[in-house]
Amino acid sequence: MRDGFWGLALVLCASAMAMKVHAVIETYEFTSPALEQRYHQLSQELRCPKCQNQNIADSNAPIARDLRVVLVEQLEAGQSDEEILAFMVARYGEFVRYRPTVDRNTALLWWAPGLLVGAGFVALALHFIGRRRMPAPALSDSEAAQIKALMAEKDP
Amino acid sequence: MQARRFIPLLGFALLSLLLFRGLSLDPTALPAARLGQAFPEFAKPELRSGESIGVIDLKTRPALVNVWATWCYSCRIEHPYLLELAGAGVPIYGLNYKDDEAKARAWLAQLGDPYQLNIVDVEGTVGLDLGVYGAPETYVIDGDGTIVHRHVGILDKSTFHADFLTWFPSFGAPEASLTTRGSVAK
Repeated sequence: MRDGFWGLALVLCASAMAMKVHAVIETYEFTSPALEQRYHQLSQELRCPKCQNQNIADSNAPIARDLRVVLVEQLEAGQSDEEILAFMVARYGEFVRYRPTVDRNTALLWWAPGLLVGAGFVALALHFIGRRRMPAPALSDSEAAQIKALMAEKDP
Repeated sequence: MQARRFIPLLGFALLSLLLFRGLSLDPTALPAARLGQAFPEFAKPELRSGESIGVIDLKTRPALVNVWATWCYSCRIEHPYLLELAGAGVPIYGLNYKDDEAKARAWLAQLGDPYQLNIVDVEGTVGLDLGVYGAPETYVIDGDGTIVHRHVGILDKSTFHADFLTWFPSFGAPEASLTTRGSVAK
């Protein structure tokens, strides 16, 4: 049993590492470490328009490469994160952001988890309150007589 | 009290509806961010003449702007239909996207040239400003240069008849029943 557990753990670790090395290998020169830091953050937050379930940091698609180049250029040109995101959104829509702004289309996406957890707590509360308030059911005459008979039996 | 027993069933029914709706959605359809906006400004050489052209050269009447490249296999499939449209009088502008100019000229010489003008976009900057993420893509611009429609993927007869006739009403052949495939993106 123990061996099975460690075997499974090993497999999980190995697959986690395999996923880790997936990011595209490219080198960009940054004039400051802060820009590089922002590059990594933004390239993971921007979604590749072509291969839709990857960010542009991980994707090998030509368009993802182009967007990384644009990202580097804009960072070096001193654009703020908001300006860069606005540039991308103007061209590819809110779709390119993995953290879209809250609007009519994405409100449900943002709020559903909180709403569902809230609904769960409300349901739990109602359940417990209901149970506490419920009066113990009164015994009918025949039930009372049955209990009396059983008690008498046990008590010779 | 009995009604409470049906709450899980109700939940199940709602979830089923939601998921059933999901079956008919196309997850690859992208919002076209540029719809309703002016075609982005550019200054690029024209493929045949080499002269610099800009967005002003595209503003004449409703026209197609077709994003193509010689490296794009689907463009080769699409090409005969573009020739057919051009032959019928639909104005088509080309955006030669991230391509090699010599190869592009050879392609047109060999396969025929449906384009009124071809924007040479070697670096893909016009494509980037348009929100292009691959080829082929076909846009409709009206006479003012406003982008009014976008189609991602091969443009064929059924797509044209289903989605493009609004802007080119005189090019719809009076056919009884056309098999209309859902367009990839609107």
